Amino acid sequence: MNADARPVMKPLDSSVGSLDAMKAVFTRDMKVAFRQRQDLLNPLLFFVMVVTLFPLGVSPEVSFLREAGAGILWVAALLSVLLSLDHLFRHDFDDGTLEQLVLQSQPLFLLVLAKTLAHWMLTGLPLVLLTPVLGVMVHLEGNSIAVLCLTLLIGTPVLSLIGSIGAALTLGLRSAGVLLSLLIIPLYIPVLIFGTGTVAAAADSAPVGGYLALMAAFLVLATTLAPFASAAALRISLSNA
Amino acid sequence: MWQFFHKLGSPKWFFGIATRLMPWLLVGGIALLMAGVIWGLAFAPKDYLQGNSYRIIFIHVPTAFLAQSAYVMMAVAGVVTLVWRMKLADVFVKAVAPVGLVLTFLALFTGAVWGKPTWGTWWIWDARLTSMLILLFLYGGVIALDRAINDEKSAARAVAVLVLVGVVNIPIIKYSVEWWNTLHQPATFKLTEKPTMPAEMWVPLLLSILGLYLLFGWLACLRMQTEIMLREQRTRWVRDLVMAGRN
Repeated sequence: MNADARPVMKPLDSSVGSLDAMKAVFTRDMKVAFRQRQDLLNPLLFFVMVVTLFPLGVSPEVSFLREAGAGILWVAALLSVLLSLDHLFRHDFDDGTLEQLVLQSQPLFLLVLAKTLAHWMLTGLPLVLLTPVLGVMVHLEGNSIAVLCLTLLIGTPVLSLIGSIGAALTLGLRSAGVLLSLLIIPLYIPVLIFGTGTVAAAADSAPVGGYLALMAAFLVLATTLAPFASAAALRISLSNA
Repeated sequence: MWQFFHKLGSPKWFFGIATRLMPWLLVGGIALLMAGVIWGLAFAPKDYLQGNSYRIIFIHVPTAFLAQSAYVMMAVAGVVTLVWRMKLADVFVKAVAPVGLVLTFLALFTGAVWGKPTWGTWWIWDARLTSMLILLFLYGGVIALDRAINDEKSAARAVAVLVLVGVVNIPIIKYSVEWWNTLHQPATFKLTEKPTMPAEMWVPLLLSILGLYLLFGWLACLRMQTEIMLREQRTRWVRDLVMAGRN
């Protein structure tokens, strides 16, 4: 890795507003990610490959894929987000950037929120954009694909937000990857249930408004509460190191 | 009152109180649980719908009740750990998590045994069952995280954060039978309403729940004492205690 691949997080003046600080963290994370493009592609490739396994491993029948397609895509997206979560704080932890973040005069949970948002833009959003192609490949109908994209659009930020708690808790541990999945998957289950439930309702041409409202409620709850938990967990992990 | 609160933070003081309390918890727990279970299994009337198969309720409901309540207690202890840094709260979480795991497993297992004759299936992906399964995973995660972090203090606080995050599942379990139309029957007990069952059925059930609570208290005290001895093995009072026990 060349020297300037990871720009340093400079200490921000206390006169800098919280919003500007969030923007600084966000742009830095985006810059770092685009200087290491392979890391951006990996979760997407993983997503496509997991989805490919189902027609090959279970059944390529159109009826089966149409029935199970939404669930397969959701599970694959969930696993792919889970896989990418380890990167959320790991590099910053290794090179000391994270300590700089904790030392900033801005509230840590806002900076964590900015980092999580960047993480979603880099992993969740590409997954959503790729979904229509895979949706066609698993023979979903147009309406179902649209609803599926919408649920993933609301759902993947929730995955990133909840995941950030787990990533912060397991920071600096050996075998963090498996432990991270162990801690986070139980918390992902409700999102998965409602995400796929929405698509199933849409396929039966039942109203999906209620489902979407619940998913949005998950998003609001996760956005307001998860950064606090992640910030607390980060402080604990840093004091441990 | 405040003095009591401060004393409760001292492992040594707790150790003494627990030693005095434990025989009562054990005897009371066994007595109540035996009374409840024997009354329930042998003497309570048959259910008009489910016949004798409903009798597993006297084991199933107490374990399910305690499994959730243990998690709530852990969450309260988690708040205490994070806010007041009280050592004993962390000892409690650490001691109770495996007990909660076993209770959740027992609730799921007895539920499966009950489900076979009444629903015709061991397992169904119903909201109550799934949310209880998530509770089992949550307990597993808590134990795994605790084991993974070597430093005692960071482990305590990390586990406290995780327990608090997981507590969102408890209201989901609680209301799953009301929010969704599911196979699982609605709650057997409500604190605010009169039971719909005849007294010969709910009194033994209440007795076994109370009995299991006391037994749980006994087990928690025992496990906490062990944990305290491990942590404080270098202090004088633990050494004196062990030496006294040896003579």
